Amino acid sequence: MSRKVRLEIDGKQVEAEEGMTILQAARKAGIEIPTLCYNDQLEPYGACRICTVEIIKDGRKRYVVSCVYPVEEGLKVRTDSEEIRKIRKTLLELMLPLAPASGPLKELAEKYGARANRFQAEPTACILCGLCVRYCAEVKKANAICFIGRGTERQVAFVPEVAPYECPSCRQCYSLCPGGKIVEAESQGLLSMPITQKVARKP
Amino acid sequence: MKVRSPEDLEKLRREILARKKPDRPVIAVCVSTGCSALGARRVVEALREELKKHGLEDKVEIKETGCMGFCELGPRLIIYPQEIPYFKVKPEDASEIVEKTILKGEPVEKLFYTDPATGEKIRKLEEIPFYKYQVRLLLENNAKIDPKNIEDYIALGGYKALAKALTQMTPEQVLEEVKKANLRGRGGGGFPAGVKWETTKNAPGEPKYVIVNCDEGDPGAFMDRTLMEGNPHSVLEGLIIGAYAIGAKEGFIYVREEYPTAVENIATAIRQAEEYGFLGENIMGSGFSFRVKIHRGAGAFVSGESSALMSAIEGKVGEPRPKYIHTAVRGIWNKPSCLNNVETWANVPLIILKGADWFKSIGTAGSSGTKIFSLVGKVNNTGLVEVPMGITLRDLIYKIGGGIRGGKRFKAVQTGGPSGGFIPEKYLDLPVDFDELTKVGSMMGSGGMIVMDEDTCIVDVTRYYIDFLSSESCGKCVPCREGLKQALNILNRICNGQGKAEDLETLEDLCEVLRAASLCALGTTAANPIATSLKYFRDEYEAHIFEQRCPAKVCKALTAYYINPEKCQACMICLRNCPVKAISGEKDIVHVIDQEKCIRCGVCFQVCPFNSVEKYSPPTPPPARYGIKVKRVKKGEKGGA
Ligand SMILES: Cc1cc2nc3c(=O)[nH]c(=O)nc-3n(C[C@H](O)[C@H](O)[C@H](O)COP(=O)(O)O)c2cc1C
Ligand code: SF4
Ligand code: FES
Repeated sequence: MSRKVRLEIDGKQVEAEEGMTILQAARKAGIEIPTLCYNDQLEPYGACRICTVEIIKDGRKRYVVSCVYPVEEGLKVRTDSEEIRKIRKTLLELMLPLAPASGPLKELAEKYGARANRFQAEPTACILCGLCVRYCAEVKKANAICFIGRGTERQVAFVPEVAPYECPSCRQCYSLCPGGKIVEAESQGLLSMPITQKVARKP
Repeated sequence: MKVRSPEDLEKLRREILARKKPDRPVIAVCVSTGCSALGARRVVEALREELKKHGLEDKVEIKETGCMGFCELGPRLIIYPQEIPYFKVKPEDASEIVEKTILKGEPVEKLFYTDPATGEKIRKLEEIPFYKYQVRLLLENNAKIDPKNIEDYIALGGYKALAKALTQMTPEQVLEEVKKANLRGRGGGGFPAGVKWETTKNAPGEPKYVIVNCDEGDPGAFMDRTLMEGNPHSVLEGLIIGAYAIGAKEGFIYVREEYPTAVENIATAIRQAEEYGFLGENIMGSGFSFRVKIHRGAGAFVSGESSALMSAIEGKVGEPRPKYIHTAVRGIWNKPSCLNNVETWANVPLIILKGADWFKSIGTAGSSGTKIFSLVGKVNNTGLVEVPMGITLRDLIYKIGGGIRGGKRFKAVQTGGPSGGFIPEKYLDLPVDFDELTKVGSMMGSGGMIVMDEDTCIVDVTRYYIDFLSSESCGKCVPCREGLKQALNILNRICNGQGKAEDLETLEDLCEVLRAASLCALGTTAANPIATSLKYFRDEYEAHIFEQRCPAKVCKALTAYYINPEKCQACMICLRNCPVKAISGEKDIVHVIDQEKCIRCGVCFQVCPFNSVEKYSPPTPPPARYGIKVKRVKKGEKGGA
């Protein structure tokens, strides 16, 4: 039995179990925090930063991502404020140029008033949330899809030695993808492409 | 031999000193990167030849040392016991050095440093302005030590601090001393080392690790390389003492692959320390055992970040981890791991030997001790400088750095590496310490210090650093990967004269999201150059955006070149050098630049011997007419000066 931890989220007293994240505790208490790269079957990844919340610790205000930050006794959390909304808005404005057609992004953009064309478009239909890569590695243990490249060159690619054999009979990651990239990639026959070939290439 | 007790160590030290004979001449030649590039190896060979010629090879020692500082005046050399410092030594000088200085004790005047202000030769290192205002606690031994010879280090009192810690102090007392000294981390945020040590010590889990961070990914920085190459035992001794305090039995030294000499010298140091019993089982009979491994890293900028570095040591991709649990609690293989910078570790033996009170007597209330900076850019004297914390930027730049090159006007100094901020003239009297630099929007970082003059365009340098940071981003989190990419797009546009009114606000929003939401400190600190340039040099952005003007006349799209018909002497030099043949002219006829053809490379500006090429921003020079006759200037009036 894990220990109980009491914390305050948006002024509400919340009881959580030690080892839980702020996100899990909030959801359990019925408080919604937006997420994009989070999936409860997978290790927290902390890439999209959309779940950013504010915590007060040692009297100081700090922003943390709720999908990674573990609950602490007496922690004070705010999941919504003008600053948080602005951070989420800018984050969405940075992701929209990548995947302007993404349903989850459009929905959040509407909520936070994010403009789709504030930044230069570079549509790849992929926001590099890593859900497919991590699902394939952590749940399926198949490692048929992976990241290649670093920094702004980073992209997702099928592993040619594995993908053609594993993917056609699985396709479980398709429904996870917020950008719609995987479906598109397979329909274009990219499963057997060499790893250096851009999957998330510009349409 | 194995040193088994402090008494052994003292005995050994005396033996070494007795063997060395204090009056025996030693020629110490810096053979580190800077001086080697200037031919130090050939100087060493010439000196050896010369000594042989005089049959002195056994009577005079040649010591190949690490960096002595003031590299631009290398190859550097110091002759002991008189401590005669020579600069810009050439192989041809060897015979004179041996015949005069070694045999007769006379100086070779021409090899002394010349004071640029007075033209006088300076015979003592500590009287040269570059050195006079420095406090070289960590760097001074570089000039006295052959880094490949542990006995040189022992002769100067090396490993005495370790002996003291192991035999006279409990681990807790060592920890307390470092805490009391308020030694703050020299590699990044200035976190108190003692507090971090304590965290690792008290964290559950065994084994615990101690790690040296010698990634040094800042372009142009070489403080850590200099210590690792020039005095590796000082870093190693600090690490062993830290391991004892923390209770770590294993340590790693992370060195970037691009530092082969540092790797070689620290590897030699480890081997020798094992031989002498400063590493291994039951060190100096204390019961404490400790081993060290070297990890060679691929040297990406982000690999220096603590969690990325630890992933790399584990053999994984060197990418920052999203965890909020500090690596001091859960680091390598999830075990408590204490990571400190090279310079941080090198301070430890001094603190143990001389005490926390002594250490605190140097520097400011919040930042004790010295800090090594890599002073570069538009100052007269560049190189590594070690100064007490609290020295003002003005003293650093004007007294040690000798002021701005070419008598130009100071514009800004950037501290802390690529993600540091730009500090304007009004803060020149700022005392340099961790907190003061942070207050004005910059940081200490690992100690980069780049001085910029009036010819620097702040928008352009900001763009340069954001380009660097964007290409060094690991690409994992959105604010850093996408935010820096878009910030770079905007800065490129502004430099190209296509800035928009809303760009400044957009850049501010990007700073905010970088700071608040980035996964690691690469992203959070990347806001500094943008934010400080916007804050202190907003007028330059506005000039670019609203007036199509680059005040420093750097941005190509906003600058045009024009030949002043009053000054042109029709020498045809620019015409011949222009890569696109945009200049027309003939003998006695003032040359003219075809603005349509001109690619604004600035070659004509650089080559004109009469300073007749002028820059115009906005890029609208006066109309030029072909066929004007040259107005001859009299000799001596050259260059329009
Ligand atoms: C992008 C990035 C690069 C870094 N590079 C270095 C480095 O090259 N050397 C270093 O000592 N610390 C570097 N750091 C800081 C380390 O994460 C860590 O704070 C430091 O090594 C701790 O040692 P200290 O407390 O002694 O400074 C870097 C941090 C970041 C975010
Ligand atoms: S801030 Fe940059 S370097 Fe750090 S994790 Fe995010 S993308 Fe990687
Ligand atoms: S959902 Fe938390 S960082 Fe993406």
